[in-house]
Amino acid sequence: MKKRKLKYLLAGGIVVAALAGMIYSGVQESMVYFYTPSELVQKKDAVQGKSLRVGGMVVERSIRWDPQTLLLTFQLTDGQGTVFVRHKGTAPDLFKEGAGAVVEGTWTSEGFFRSSNIMAKHSEEYKPPAHPETLESKKELFKSILKEGKP
Amino acid sequence: MISTLGGFVLFLALGVTLYAAAAAVLGARAGREDWLASSRNAVLAHFCLVTLAIFLLEYALITSDFSLRYVANTSTRGSLTRYKIAGLWGSLEGSILLWEWLQALFAALVVARYSDRGPSGCRHLLPYVQAVLQGISAFFLLLMTFGANPFAPLFPVPPDGRGLNPLLEVTDMLIHPLLLYLGYVGFSVPFAFAMAALVTGRVSEEWLTITRRWTVVAWLFLTGGIFYGGWWSYRTLGWGGYWAWDPVENASFMPWLTGTAFIHSVMIQERKRMLRVWNLVLITLTFSLVIFGTFLTRSGILGSVHAFADGPVGVMFLAFLSLVLFFSFGLVAYRSDALKGHGELDSIVSRESAFLLNNLVLVGICFTVFLGTIFPLLAEAIRGTKISVGTPYFNRVSVPLGLALLLLMGIGPLIAWGRASLNNLRRNFLKPSLAALAGGAILVALGVRQAEILAAFVFCLFVIGTIVFEFLVGTRTRAKTMGEGLLTAFATLLLKSRRRYGGLIVHLGVVVAIVGIAVSSVYKVEREQTLKPGESMQVGPYSVRFDGMAAGERPTHILVWANLMAFKDGKPLHTLTPGQRYYPNQQSPFASVDARYHWNEDLYVILSAFERDGSSATFKVLINPMISWIWIGGGVILLGVIVAVLPERRLALLAMRAKAQVA
Repeated sequence: MKKRKLKYLLAGGIVVAALAGMIYSGVQESMVYFYTPSELVQKKDAVQGKSLRVGGMVVERSIRWDPQTLLLTFQLTDGQGTVFVRHKGTAPDLFKEGAGAVVEGTWTSEGFFRSSNIMAKHSEEYKPPAHPETLESKKELFKSILKEGKP
Repeated sequence: MISTLGGFVLFLALGVTLYAAAAAVLGARAGREDWLASSRNAVLAHFCLVTLAIFLLEYALITSDFSLRYVANTSTRGSLTRYKIAGLWGSLEGSILLWEWLQALFAALVVARYSDRGPSGCRHLLPYVQAVLQGISAFFLLLMTFGANPFAPLFPVPPDGRGLNPLLEVTDMLIHPLLLYLGYVGFSVPFAFAMAALVTGRVSEEWLTITRRWTVVAWLFLTGGIFYGGWWSYRTLGWGGYWAWDPVENASFMPWLTGTAFIHSVMIQERKRMLRVWNLVLITLTFSLVIFGTFLTRSGILGSVHAFADGPVGVMFLAFLSLVLFFSFGLVAYRSDALKGHGELDSIVSRESAFLLNNLVLVGICFTVFLGTIFPLLAEAIRGTKISVGTPYFNRVSVPLGLALLLLMGIGPLIAWGRASLNNLRRNFLKPSLAALAGGAILVALGVRQAEILAAFVFCLFVIGTIVFEFLVGTRTRAKTMGEGLLTAFATLLLKSRRRYGGLIVHLGVVVAIVGIAVSSVYKVEREQTLKPGESMQVGPYSVRFDGMAAGERPTHILVWANLMAFKDGKPLHTLTPGQRYYPNQQSPFASVDARYHWNEDLYVILSAFERDGSSATFKVLINPMISWIWIGGGVILLGVIVAVLPERRLALLAMRAKAQVA
């Protein structure tokens, strides 16, 4: 009886150990450090090539986007440090100047952050708009392509 | 006015709930039938009171009574009535009220179902079941009274409300959250019975038998909610995916994993009287994970798009969670002598051990998801650094575990109990294994090289093979011995052991969904390009031509869309109109994706940027092969569960009617 119990404990132990090993290596391989722009500026030599997340505010008037090459560049800041970011592709819906954003990617030796993923921060906190908008004012934006009827 | 009234109703409901719980326990202890009857009435009264509270809040929502903060937060005058109604679960306070209402409903159903009918042991368990269910209700009512009051007043009364996030103003919002809540609340019933079994010391298989159907139905709602959420996300959220390992998604996935383990391990206890403690632990874990998930997502402790930030609510959830864990594990320890199982594992090659392994893997996946979800918290607490693990971690760990589970899904239902003989193994598994290996060889010959895809396909074929052979052999044997036609034999087979065959159909659904998940994630093609009107882009066999931009006014927003024509192999296939929706007072637009959905491949288009004069636009085009199989698999699972839980009488009736029609 004792021997049998030992056998099952051993089998269970192997399963648990395998699981632990998988978790450990999984964590090791996909760990992503989170830095603020000023932390990244300080540690940039040490973290070159590692996958990182950097979170900050998108600097006003820093967004440049070329629709042909789909190259998006902007700066992220936390007030103390500023990082240049290059991203291939388009930004998510909520990404805009003056708003928070987190980028995922690596710090390159050329002195910019190469982003592979942009996560715009969405605030659930409700502030009533200073100038309430109407449907008409939104319509005005697209008057040159406006038409009646359904797509 | 409505604020005071609503607050009063909730307060009253709290009082009635506490009374119902106390009367049930005291009545059971003192053996007073009249106290128990009074407690049952209080449970029903509690349900009526919470229903009244729901009506009050809905009335305020529908009539746009912005003197309630909650109404101002979740609806506007211009919202469609159905979204005003859905505002009830659009934010924290209302969701808790809805949850509490479902909790009250289930408690009332349990009382109505078992107070004068049901298995004999029910009479002893019921008072404590009520007490536990009322205790859970009391927590939600306390939460609303002190932390998250849906009837909190707002002064000065604003002229118009803020409204739901436009992303939530879709029909899916009417279904997905309800399904999830029904699943969450559903698991509280088996949990309550488990606790009652521990308190009364009636820890045999009785509580499992009573709650079997409740558990399966709760599981169905939770599964449905998860699938529906993925489907919703895929069709409307505009990133082309259905699952992102977001904390909110993980919060619903973790109780699903332990709940699934529970459904399986229950069968071993029923059959072999083993695993008593394990089953109690599993149902406690499932219920605790529901509470934990809500804590995680509603307390704002993890930055997540879905989470609404809030203070005292988090602390109260954590306190309740500790209470639940403390009491249930305390009770398990207290009853440890009575809980000693009778059965023993006879052999490692047996159904018991396949089920045990399945349980280990499911709980293992749950643990890894748990760890990954709270990893940022752990890292910050222990090392003071902000580290997270993203999608790669979850995929890396869950794919091999999922494959192991898939293999076990083929073995478990067919291998013999006790000790599987070589003959049993050969009879049940030889043909499916050979078929699966042959299928794998064909795939290799066709050029499939990814190990994970190959393994997934071979295992899927194996599972399908075992299920098909099981149905075939069963039908044929029955047809032969009973002299029935094949179809009749198949139908009676389904009817005679609905639980078994329903379960196998569920497995079939899971396999279909896994094929969809595996193929769509490995063979996905994605391309992003900017086009001028008249230009085309090539993606796989498809060519997509941009025919210009247009914009139009809709009741609540301005829709800007691109006219696209998709061609396949040079032939016109489908028009596509991906767009963006601009809402007043929302700074960013919302994507409105379009796709050509097809059973074997979706062509999915996102309008990611455009010039306002329509001179150019940027599109992200995705080819998602076999992604529909995930949703089809979900449908098959639903079918299987319905076969498994439909009451015997009703099915017999249906069968009789069908026979009558044939004749």
